[in-house]
Amino acid sequence: MGEFKVHRVRFFNYVPSGIRCVAYNNQSNRLAVSRTDGTVEVYNLSANYFQEKFFPGHESRATEALCWAEGQRLFSAGLNGEIMEYDLQALNIKYAVDVFGGPIWSMAVSPSGSQLLVGCEDGSVKLFQITPDKIQFERNFDRQKRSAIHKMIVDRQHMGVSKRKCIVWGVAFLSDGTVISVDSAGKVQFWDSATGTLVKSHLIANADVQSIAVAEQEDSFVVGTAEGTVFHFQLVPVTSNSSEKQWVRTKPFQHHTHDVRTVAHSPTALISGGTDTHLVIRPLMEKVEVKNYDAALRKITFPHRRLISCSKKRQLLLFQFAHHLELWRLGSTVATGKNGDTLPLSKNADHLLHLKTKGPENIICSCISPCGSWIAYSTVSRFFLYRLNYEHDNISLKRVSKMPPFLRCALQILFSEDSTKLFVASNQGALHIVQLSGGSFKHLHAFQPQSGTVEAMCLLAVSSDGNWLAASGTSAGVHVYNVKQLKLHCTVPAYNFPVTAMAIAPNTNNLVIAHSDQQVFEYSIPDKQYTDWSRTVQKQGFHHLWLQRDTPITHISFHPKRPMHILLHDAYMFCIIDKSLPLPNDKTLLYNPFPPTNESDVVRRRTAHAFKISKIYKPLLFMDLLDERTLVAVERPLDDIIAQLPPPIKKKKFGT
Amino acid sequence: MVSDQKPLGSWSVKQGQIITCPAVCNFQTREYIVVHDNKVLRIWNNEDVNLDKVFKATLSAEVYRILSVQGTEPLVLFKEGAVRGLEALLADPQQKIETVISDEEVIKWTKFFIVFRHPVLIFITEKHGNYFAYVQMFNSRILTKYTLLLGQDENSVIESFTASVDRKFISLMSLSSDGCIYETLIPIRPTDPEKNQTLVRSLLLKAVVSGNTRNGVALTALDQDHIAVLGSPQAASKECLSVWNIKFQTLQTSKELPQGTSGQLWYYGENLFMLHGKSLTVIPYKCEVSSLAGALGKLKHGQDPGTHVMPRFVNWETPQGCGLGFQNSEQSRRIEDSEKHIEVEVRKFLALKQTPDFHTVIGDTVTGLLERCKAEPSFYPRNCLVQLIQTHVLSYSLCPDLMEIALIKKDVQLLQLCLQQFPDIPESVTCACLKIFLSIGDDSLQETDVSMESVFDYSNSVHDEKMEEQTEILQNGFSPEEDKCSNCDQELNKKPQDETKESTSCPVVPKRAALLNAILHSAYSETFLLPHLKDIPAQHITLFLKYLYFLYLKCSENATMTLPGINPPTLNQIMDWICLLLDANFTVVVMMPEAKRLLINLYKLVKSQISVYSELNKIEVSFRELQKLNQEKNNRGLYSIEVLELF
Repeated sequence: MGEFKVHRVRFFNYVPSGIRCVAYNNQSNRLAVSRTDGTVEVYNLSANYFQEKFFPGHESRATEALCWAEGQRLFSAGLNGEIMEYDLQALNIKYAVDVFGGPIWSMAVSPSGSQLLVGCEDGSVKLFQITPDKIQFERNFDRQKRSAIHKMIVDRQHMGVSKRKCIVWGVAFLSDGTVISVDSAGKVQFWDSATGTLVKSHLIANADVQSIAVAEQEDSFVVGTAEGTVFHFQLVPVTSNSSEKQWVRTKPFQHHTHDVRTVAHSPTALISGGTDTHLVIRPLMEKVEVKNYDAALRKITFPHRRLISCSKKRQLLLFQFAHHLELWRLGSTVATGKNGDTLPLSKNADHLLHLKTKGPENIICSCISPCGSWIAYSTVSRFFLYRLNYEHDNISLKRVSKMPPFLRCALQILFSEDSTKLFVASNQGALHIVQLSGGSFKHLHAFQPQSGTVEAMCLLAVSSDGNWLAASGTSAGVHVYNVKQLKLHCTVPAYNFPVTAMAIAPNTNNLVIAHSDQQVFEYSIPDKQYTDWSRTVQKQGFHHLWLQRDTPITHISFHPKRPMHILLHDAYMFCIIDKSLPLPNDKTLLYNPFPPTNESDVVRRRTAHAFKISKIYKPLLFMDLLDERTLVAVERPLDDIIAQLPPPIKKKKFGT
Repeated sequence: MVSDQKPLGSWSVKQGQIITCPAVCNFQTREYIVVHDNKVLRIWNNEDVNLDKVFKATLSAEVYRILSVQGTEPLVLFKEGAVRGLEALLADPQQKIETVISDEEVIKWTKFFIVFRHPVLIFITEKHGNYFAYVQMFNSRILTKYTLLLGQDENSVIESFTASVDRKFISLMSLSSDGCIYETLIPIRPTDPEKNQTLVRSLLLKAVVSGNTRNGVALTALDQDHIAVLGSPQAASKECLSVWNIKFQTLQTSKELPQGTSGQLWYYGENLFMLHGKSLTVIPYKCEVSSLAGALGKLKHGQDPGTHVMPRFVNWETPQGCGLGFQNSEQSRRIEDSEKHIEVEVRKFLALKQTPDFHTVIGDTVTGLLERCKAEPSFYPRNCLVQLIQTHVLSYSLCPDLMEIALIKKDVQLLQLCLQQFPDIPESVTCACLKIFLSIGDDSLQETDVSMESVFDYSNSVHDEKMEEQTEILQNGFSPEEDKCSNCDQELNKKPQDETKESTSCPVVPKRAALLNAILHSAYSETFLLPHLKDIPAQHITLFLKYLYFLYLKCSENATMTLPGINPPTLNQIMDWICLLLDANFTVVVMMPEAKRLLINLYKLVKSQISVYSELNKIEVSFRELQKLNQEKNNRGLYSIEVLELF
C-alpha cells in the first residue's frame, strides 16, 4: 500500500478553553456551548453531535449565561454587562444590548419563551421582552424593594465545620412549587416555596455543587459538582403503584476531572461541561429506545474545524491559537527504516514566527499559502494578509496594508495551489477572489450569495488547476463555481447531514465530500454527477464500524501520483481509501494493523479491501501529504492538555 | 400376586442378542415393539411365535426408548436425543438421525404425555453432574432445553424421576441421593425457546428414604397429590413401598418388601407394579381425594372414596363443636395448608419467568402476604417469602413490613437474606438485626439454616499457632517495636497462653459469624447508624468487637489483607465497624474490666492502620512522581520522524 515517512508533530500547544455554559434546544435538538474565552459553539445532536457553527470569542466578553428563547433564537449574557443575540445563519452577533446593571451573572427565559430575565452585579433583576428582531427593556426588580415572600436560609454547616460563606450556585423552580437549590457546601436541597421550609437535603459532595438542570417533564434533574461528578436525581414513586412520588438520587457519573461548571438535560441524555474542557453527553439508557450509536457516551474535546494549515513546498505548519499564530518549519532526516522505526533527525523542527493579534478578538480562521509566502487570518472585525520573505535562515514579514472594506470578517480563507489566488468566504455569504502578485493584491471578483439566502459558507475547496472553487455552508448543498468564467457551475444536491470536510482531486476534478454521518461522496465536477465509485459505495454501504466512528472527518487530501487514493482523517484514525480495491462488507475486518505474514499473495489479495486505516496517531488534529512519500501528522495528547489545566480537587485514596 | 398366573405370551431373542429397550405395545395396531442390540427394531403381534421371523428393521442410530401411550402412535427416542414417530421411521429405517444433545450428555429418564391432545415428550440428560431437561412439543415441533439447578445441595445425584402434568406445567419430581424429593415446574409453553433457560427445584418432601441406599430407589407420581416411593426409610431398615401425600406431607400407607426390590416401580390403572425378590408384585392402590381429614387419618376407612365429594379446604372452616385445643391444631393445620398452597402458586408464578410487570407483581404479592401476616399472627409463609426475596427484585422500601415481621419472629435466616439482597435498608433496621444476631442463643441458632457462604472454616486455624505469632510482623511493614505503648506490650507478653488463644479462635459460632458478616456487608451512613449502636448492650458490643478483632487478625495473616472464602468481609468494612462501635460505645466499654485487653489490642490495631495508611499515601505520591517520569520518557519528545507502512 505504501510506506511513508511521517513527521509526527506534538508541539502544537493547543489548550481548549473551559466550558462555562451549555444550553439545550429541544425544538432543533441543538446544543449551544459557551467557553470561558467567550466562544460560543452550536452542536447539532441529530447530526452525530457535529459542531456545525461557532462564534469566535472576545477577551472582554466572558459569557456567564446562555439560553435559547422564542423557539430557536440564541442569547448570551456576560460580565461585560450586555445581552447578545447570535445570528445563526450569518454566523455573527446580531446585536448587543447593555442592560446598565453591571456584569450579568445569570439569565433565564420565561416558560413561554418570550421574556428574558437577567440578574446583575448591582443586585437588580431586569426583565426584557423579546421582539421579532430585538429585545426591549420592560421592567426592573430592584434589590429588596419588593418584600420577599419567604426567606430560605441555607445551612452553612458542612460536616460539622462551618464555612465562611455558603453560596447558592443554582436554583430550579418546579411547576409544583418545589424549589431546588445547589450550594457551595455540597448540598442539593428541596424547599417548599409555599411555606419556605426545607423539605429534604442531600449532601452529595465535599466540594461545591455548581450547576443544576431540570428535564422538561420535571421528573428528573442533573447536578454537577466541583469534584467532577455529575449526579442524576429522579422523581420516583415511593412504593409500586402508589401515586406519592419522591426525589431520589439515582446515578452518579464521573466523566470529568475538574469542576463541572454547567449541566443540561435533554430528553434522552445528561450533558455536562466544565474546566477540563470536555463536553460530555451521557445518554440515559432507559430513555434510549434503539441501542444504536446514540446510546454511547460522547466526550467532545477538540473543535470540529481545522486549526492547522500547511505549506507543502517549504514544509511549514501554521498553527492557529485564540490570539496568536505560530509558524514552524519541519525538520528532516536522511535515514531510512522499516515500519515503526523512529529515524534520527538531521535537522530539528524550528519555530519561525509568533504572530500576535492586536485587539481583544479571537482569530476565526487562518491559512498559509502552499508556497509559504503568504499568511492570511481574520478576526471578527479585521482581515490580515502578510507577505513572507525567506533569506537563508532569516525570515521577514510584511503586512499588506489597505485591505478593501469588504474584506473585514472571513469565515474561511484558502489559497490556490499555485499561490496566486486567495479565496475568502465572508460572513455576508459572499465569496471573494483576490489576485496576488509580487507584494500586492487585486480584487478579481465576488460571488454573491443566491438572492434570499444569507447562509455563511464555512468550508472552501479549490481544484489544483485553479479552475474550480467549491463552497459549503452548514445546511444547504455544496456550490461549485467556475473561477475562469466567474460563474456558478453547479450545486451538489443537498444532503441531510452537514459537510465536515471536502476537497477536489487533481486531474479528475472529482469533489470528495465527507458528511457528519460518516458518509463520503465523490462528485464529478465536469460531469455534474456522482461518480460510479460513489454510486457503488452508496449501493453497498459503508462498513458498520466506519459509520460508528464518533469524530467527524476534518481533512481530505490526495496523492499526486496515485489518482485512485483518497486520504482522510478524523481525530482517532488516518485512512487511505484505495478506490481500485473492493469495498469491505460488514463481515470483513475493517481495521487490520498487522502486516500479512507467511500468507501467500492470493490470501492477501482476497482479504485486501479499499480502507487502509492507521490508528497510531491520536488525537489527530491534522494530517496531510507533503510529498509522495512524506506525511505530516499533528497530534495533541490529552495528557499534555491536562498538564496545563489547574490541578483538580485532590481526593485522598487511603484513609480518611 | 401374579406369580401363580400363567403368562399370556413369551418371546425371546436369539442367543447373543440383547434386548436394549423395554418392549411396548402399540395401542393403535395391537402390536408389540422391542429393540435389541441398540439398533434392531422388532415388531410382532400375539399370533407370532418366533421373534426371529417377525418384522425387523435396522436403524442408523441407537435407540434409547420406545414410548407409547394410548391414542397416539409410538415414539422412538434415540440416544443422541432425536425423536421420530414410529410410522415415519419405518418408512425409511436407514434415515439419518440428527444429534440433539452434546457429547458426554447421557439421557437418564424420559416420559411421554398427551397434553390437550398433543403429544409432549420430556427427557432428562446428565453431563458431569449437571442435569438438563428437554421438552419436545409435537404440535409445534419446538424443542426447549432447560438447565436444572440443584440449589444448595449441588453435589447430590438424582436417583429417580417421575412427572405429572396439569394445564400449564410439567411437574417433574426427582428423588435425590440425599433422600429428599424435589419438585421442578417446567412450563409447557416455553417463554423463549431460543434461550437456554434454567429451572430451580424446590423441596417437596424431606428424607423419605435413607440417603445411603444406592439401589432400589424409585418414585412414581400417582396423581396430583400422591406419590409412591420405593426404598428404605432408614439406613438399616428393610426396603418398603410408601405412598405419600405431598399436599399435606403425610405418609398415607407403607408396605415392607423384605426380599428387596430392584428400583423399578410402575403405576398403571390403579395398580402399582414392582419387583419384589424374584417376583412381580402388584398392589392395587386407589388414591383418595386428597383431604386434610384423610391426611390426618380421620377419614373413616371403608367409606367409599367415590362418594367422598368434600371440596378442598372447606371442611376445616366449621369446627365449632370441637374443643379449643383441637381448634388450635385445626387452625394451625389450616394455616400450614394455606402456606403450602401459596408456596405452590408462587413457585408456579416464578417458573413462568419474567413478565414485563414482574417487579410490580412481586411487590404486590409480598405486600399482600405481609398484610395477612400482620392480621393473622400465626400466618408466616416463610418459604414463600424466601423465594420472593431471591427474585432479586425486592427492596426494603418496596416492603418495609417484611423485615419488621422477620424481626418480630426473630427469623435470622430471612433477615440475613434481606441484608444480602436489599440495597436500601435503613440504619435503624440494620441495627435491630445486629441486636438480634448478637443476642440470639447458640441453641436456637443451631436450628436455623443460615447461608454460610461468607464464613470460612476458621476452626482449623487454631492449630496454626506459628502463623499467629507472625501476624504482628506481617502488618505491612509496621513493626510493633516502634509502638510507644511498651507497657501494654509487656503486660500483654506476660499474659498466659490461654489469653492469646482467645484472640486466635473465633469468639462466635460459625452461624453467628455468617449473620454478623451480613451486617458488615450492608450499606450504611455513619450519621444515622451511630445513635442506634448506642442502644446495644455492652457485653454484645464487646462480643462483636472481639469478632471484628479476630477477623482483623485473620486478614493480616496474608499479604493481600483479605479473608478466605466466598464473599468475605473486607478489611475496610471490618475497620469501619470497629471505629463505629468504639465511637458509639467507648465510654461504656472502657469501664468494663473484661474489655480492657481487647481495647489495648484495638488501640494497637488502629495505630498500625494509621501508619499503614500514611505509608500508603506516601507510596501513592512517589508512584505519581514515577508515573510522571515515565510519561516524559514515553513522550519521545515533541517531534519525531517515523516510518509508517499501511497494509
